[in-house]
Amino acid sequence: MSNTITFTIDGVEVTGQPGQTIMEAADAAGIYIPRLCALEELSPHGSCRVCTVMVNGRPQAACTQPIADGMVVENDTEQILAIRRDIIDMLFVEGNHFCMFCEKSGNCELQALAYRFGIAAPRFPYLFPKRDIDATHPDIFIDRNRCILCGRCVRASRDIDGKNVFEFVGRGFEKRVAVNAEANLADTDAAATDEAVNVCPTGALLKKRVGYAVPVGQRKYDHKPIGSEIEKK
Amino acid sequence: MANDKTKRVIIEPVTRVEGHGKVSILLDEKNNVTQARLHIVEFRGFERFVQGRPYWEVPVLVQRLCGICPVSHHLCAAKAMDLIVGVDKLTPTAEKMRRLMHYGQTYQSHALHFFHLVSPDLLFGFDADPAIRNVIGVAAKFPDLAVQGVMMRKYGQEIIKATAGKKIHGTGAIPGGINKNLTIEERDGFLKDLDQQLEWCRAALKIAKDYTLEHLAELADFGSFDSNHLSIVREDGAMDLYDGNLRAIDAEGKKIFDQVDPRDYHTVLQEEVRSWSYMKFPFLQKLGPQKGWYRVGPLARINCCDFIDTPEAEAARKEFVEATGNKTCNVTMAYHWTRIIELLHAGEKIKELLHDADLQGTDLLAKGERRGEAAAILEAPRGTLIHHYKVNEDDQVTMANLIVSTTHNNEPMNQAVRKVAADHISGKAEITEGLLNHVEVAIRAYDPCLSCATHALGKMPLEVTLLNADGQVVDHKAT
Repeated sequence: MSNTITFTIDGVEVTGQPGQTIMEAADAAGIYIPRLCALEELSPHGSCRVCTVMVNGRPQAACTQPIADGMVVENDTEQILAIRRDIIDMLFVEGNHFCMFCEKSGNCELQALAYRFGIAAPRFPYLFPKRDIDATHPDIFIDRNRCILCGRCVRASRDIDGKNVFEFVGRGFEKRVAVNAEANLADTDAAATDEAVNVCPTGALLKKRVGYAVPVGQRKYDHKPIGSEIEKK
Repeated sequence: MANDKTKRVIIEPVTRVEGHGKVSILLDEKNNVTQARLHIVEFRGFERFVQGRPYWEVPVLVQRLCGICPVSHHLCAAKAMDLIVGVDKLTPTAEKMRRLMHYGQTYQSHALHFFHLVSPDLLFGFDADPAIRNVIGVAAKFPDLAVQGVMMRKYGQEIIKATAGKKIHGTGAIPGGINKNLTIEERDGFLKDLDQQLEWCRAALKIAKDYTLEHLAELADFGSFDSNHLSIVREDGAMDLYDGNLRAIDAEGKKIFDQVDPRDYHTVLQEEVRSWSYMKFPFLQKLGPQKGWYRVGPLARINCCDFIDTPEAEAARKEFVEATGNKTCNVTMAYHWTRIIELLHAGEKIKELLHDADLQGTDLLAKGERRGEAAAILEAPRGTLIHHYKVNEDDQVTMANLIVSTTHNNEPMNQAVRKVAADHISGKAEITEGLLNHVEVAIRAYDPCLSCATHALGKMPLEVTLLNADGQVVDHKAT
């Protein structure tokens, strides 16, 4: 059995190792596939579907789909870009994302993706869901208005911090991230040093009192679009 | 009360002011004015939005009230949050960066008002053809002046960008300090253009002064009335737009109170709600709602302060005081002259700060012990601005009260509307657009920001007026 797998992304030949996902092989080849729930240090989750690609003509999540010899992957096509744009659009209207005063603005992956996709305003009607805030923890703040249910905090707490502080409850539109306690985050063993607090792609899970410490112009996505760190490899 | 023979004239929207408002004037069958009111038809709601939000978010959140002087709200909320995090004194770099931001915004806001909003009235006359009585008309006939206005506003906006991170709705001021200093490159960029800017300030001052003195006979009584005046002043009585204690004087200049700590504002000021406006009516508690209303803004600040601590603006202030016979000035149209004195003051302050090496300091943040409640005051371009917050142990805001400049000026603007309607409209056979513009001219003197100012949630009458071909009211409905 060969130690390398050869396949194509948008007609470009890419080689990878057996067991790699399409996203891992693409990252290594300097091809950016947008994502929100996927993170290198976390196990794949396949929930946000922003990384949707066409594999041999069928839509698949690039973060979970293993590569195979001769696979034909479409990433940067009109059809795929339109699907991703719709998903991002829907994420914005499904929550309450007020970028204009959010402290994650400039460092937010959802906002950065919207900029990358040229989304100036949502095309779907806002749902304005009623979401709650948990400010009970002395050092951590949960604002569920901004949660996109990516599950990064759930996985990081379980797999890296070894704590299981967060878990999903409810289904469909009622789904939300709950904390492992009778009432609030303050009743859990969560700490500001937990990796779970660092991995949130939006401003849903934040360290308290950091706020706007980084000035405009020095934030992560102020000058370069999201994905450019992969594309320059 | 309106009856069958009552005519209602509506000016809607009031133009060349920030936000949306309307004026209603009731006339009897002989065109005598029976009632004249300024209505504010926007609803603000920020006191409610902010509840539950973490306190460090507030300076960035509340500034979304406005796009003209958001820096005022940004800084006033930051000053309140300094107290919430237990910081009574900022580092020199933080204090001076914030002051530079504030003078930059005062500079751009005053320039915008004078050159773009007001100059058409002053240059073409109150009843000139509305087709030319606007900023485009100014640009066509006085292109140099229009360009100066744009360049001065730009200069102020660039200072805001360098201190707050963005020209509109930046993030610079954070609880306990600032998130950046001023680089040498930024400083040198501003210094390069400073002399030209100050030259334009002097020229604008000459226009405002000459206009006021040349037209004094007609302006002295135009929408004018005796009133109290309120502003913050420094401990030594100097004008200070960023920090100080409250001082109120009566129409003759007699002090009603002085050096009241911002935290005690509620012991000297009260607010009244009236059913026909979203805007509250504040008054001096000691004098009650009937006699306790007062003016804020440039005229009130010049009246309240003992001196200005920059030489050219102080000389201009002395000249102004001399022109008013060393008395407290109650002339509504004198707002324009005083506003330009402040424009020059802001320019001089910017110069002073740019030469201060503290702006390149790296000690940006101070720390202290958390508190649960704070109130802070600064002088926004349009007048005294008060922010008051309560924050719970979980760091969430539980109460917010904002009293903004235009709210303080609510009763004075209504007084001005009544006065101009009585003097210039009442009994006239034909009510022309030019005559109605007289009402707007009086409102514009206050440079109101209507979107910032609304708060009271009450019954707002919806009014429909049906006019026949001759402009006569044939039907009128009010809910």
